[in-house]
Amino acid sequence: MAEAAAAAAPAAPSRSFDARAALIESAKVAFVVLVLAATMVGVEIADVTGGHEVRTRFGQVAAAAGVAFAARYVLVLLRHGRHGPVLVGAGAIAALLIGVLAVEWATGQRTIGRYLLPFENPVMDWVLAAIALFLFGRAAQLRRLEGRTASATEASEARWGDRGRWLIRWLGPAFFGFGLVFPFLFFIAPDIVDRRMLDIAVLVLTYIMLGWGLNIVVGLAGLLDLGYVAFFAVGAYSYALLADNFSLGFWICLPFAGIMSAFAGILLGFPVLRLRGDYLAIVTLGFGEMIRIILLNWQAFTGGPNGLSGIPRPTLFGIPFEEPDEDKLTFHGLLGLEFDTSHRIVFMYFLIFALAMLTNAFTQRIRRLPVGRAWEALREDEIASRSLGINPTNTKLTAFAIGAMFAGFAGSFAGTRLGFIAPEMFTFLESAVIVAIVVLGGFGSQLGVVLAAILLIGLPEVFRELKDFRMVAFGLAMVGIMLWRPSGLISHRDPTIRLHPAGRGGGS
Amino acid sequence: MTAPLLQVAHLSMRFGGLVAVDDVSFAAADKRITAIIGPNGAGKTTVFNCLTGFYKPSVGMLSLRHPTRGELYLERMEGHEISARAGVARTFQNIRLFPRMSVLENLLVAQHNKLMRASGWTIWGLLGLKSFAEAEKAAVEKARYWLDKIGLVAQADWEAGNLPYGDQRRLEIARAMCTDPLLLCLDEPAAGLNPKESHDLTTLLTFIRDQHGIGVLLIEHDMSVVMGISDHIVVLDYGRKIADGTPDTVRRDPAVIRAYLGEEEAA
Repeated sequence: MAEAAAAAAPAAPSRSFDARAALIESAKVAFVVLVLAATMVGVEIADVTGGHEVRTRFGQVAAAAGVAFAARYVLVLLRHGRHGPVLVGAGAIAALLIGVLAVEWATGQRTIGRYLLPFENPVMDWVLAAIALFLFGRAAQLRRLEGRTASATEASEARWGDRGRWLIRWLGPAFFGFGLVFPFLFFIAPDIVDRRMLDIAVLVLTYIMLGWGLNIVVGLAGLLDLGYVAFFAVGAYSYALLADNFSLGFWICLPFAGIMSAFAGILLGFPVLRLRGDYLAIVTLGFGEMIRIILLNWQAFTGGPNGLSGIPRPTLFGIPFEEPDEDKLTFHGLLGLEFDTSHRIVFMYFLIFALAMLTNAFTQRIRRLPVGRAWEALREDEIASRSLGINPTNTKLTAFAIGAMFAGFAGSFAGTRLGFIAPEMFTFLESAVIVAIVVLGGFGSQLGVVLAAILLIGLPEVFRELKDFRMVAFGLAMVGIMLWRPSGLISHRDPTIRLHPAGRGGGS
Repeated sequence: MTAPLLQVAHLSMRFGGLVAVDDVSFAAADKRITAIIGPNGAGKTTVFNCLTGFYKPSVGMLSLRHPTRGELYLERMEGHEISARAGVARTFQNIRLFPRMSVLENLLVAQHNKLMRASGWTIWGLLGLKSFAEAEKAAVEKARYWLDKIGLVAQADWEAGNLPYGDQRRLEIARAMCTDPLLLCLDEPAAGLNPKESHDLTTLLTFIRDQHGIGVLLIEHDMSVVMGISDHIVVLDYGRKIADGTPDTVRRDPAVIRAYLGEEEAA
């Protein structure tokens, strides 16, 4: 009887807990952190008047090692089913940290925190609080599951899966609504949403649009394109050059920029689409670099490394956002508003929002058309697709061209937003970031792209306060995602068509 | 009597020095099940790959009589055209479904070319024209018909990769049938099936032959399936044809017995 009970509850506290082994394990982890932190955090080269100065921050290093030691020890405790002490300890620490941080954030002063908080940087302290909170939550969860049978655990997980699907269904509209009202927060609550936040939002939306465009190529058609930024560049230069040489406006150039990029996509696609997998990735990577180098060296046409400046701003149905002028009709003059450059930023925000939504709507629709299904079929199995009469070359070319077209749209927007473009804006790193957005989001998931773009573009911008640690935090986030969600943030795929109406019937 | 549906004449396939198929000729008629059998490595799948455009044969002619397009020479066509224009559909020895797509989507992908025309090469479809919606409805109905035949209507919205093995085999046949083929080429459809599933398979194949009036070309090792349903059997060994005829004559053919059981040692 006793044996059966022990087998039914695998996480029972009866499992032996060796305090010495746990201490040694924690000490090892702390040592690794100590070594890493000593070089990265411990020594700082600061600019001072008249040269540089080496500052040491060994207190911080010790704090980091201490935190690592404690966290590992708690993890070992959890592994051996000792939830009680963790629940109390982590809960108390989390409450304390959050309390102190909240008080300091509200008062804007550093008071008791100086003695209680281990790190100088409030962001790091918040991260620490989050870790404590996570451990507390995990302990609570394990405690709740304790003693349950395997089937009950499975049932609860299935329920979580359902809840997750429900969440995904509502997250899209929620993001859309938030995106729609976000710029108005700028006018209503300028404390929370300032000019910088608005700029970041425009940047994130640009990447969301690029991610959605690349999602057609990588996510749906399964063609790993590492030179996607080339089409972005073609779009930006098309607009800049058309505007420059023929004095055309943004709205006329926009479709042209898209067509030019799509054309570039076809031009690249014809020779390289017979390649598969890694080979295709390498060739597209090379193509991306080629475009950049051409832009850099074709001085007479593209302006070379100096780039092109004075790219005209977009207008609202021909009404420009400029300083009011006696003879000219401007946006502010028309509405009798006082001139404010931030209005143009809000307009830019809505412009990229509309373009991104267009990309999304197009993708959602084409996914349900035969060509969209053929893309996915090619991604799944090219040989089988061919045996069903699908022309692989043409089908891949359409994916390439359409993906490139949206990059072209995004490119002309990027040109007009900054009013200036140069070849160095279109490096391989940009391509890598866009691919990372798609992969991180979960191949083919539209919502995943949004989450990943916010994570990859938005957070590093917000976390600029972390200074040197920004990329460390970024790397940590990536490692975490690789561990917990190896197939992307949202790996769920809804069928494009159903025989039985959506819901319970026949779901797997 | 009219010419047979498929005429294979002097087909040879060489890979470097290896002769996988050596001067094989046979014919397959419509409304008949023609089986190709032979020991492992006899070149059966190579014949199939030549027929369905995955290999270009080194020598030989593969002609298919198409009711509207006349005589078509498969060895001159691209892989995807053989299915789209000549109406030759195939399944694979190791199942090749689209595992992350739903069962229904698998069957709709098979009707790609028809739907592509109906969607005006995507343009009418993007605009949401009614003609496309109707074509899609018809395609779903066809899919439902075949799902009903293979007994997978309830699983239509499952991911194809989550189906049990036997269901995947039948789904692959249904997917091939959704392309409206003239000739259905099945590469070991009974491999890995239990006796009941093999029995269901023979029922399905005879149904396809009798009700849809198309030719079936079958590679199979399971002799109970082959002898039970084949109208005509071609036996290959080491790339050569060693026998050709009805199940009864093939069964008694000394060359076939030798190929399968080995030669008696001379005393």
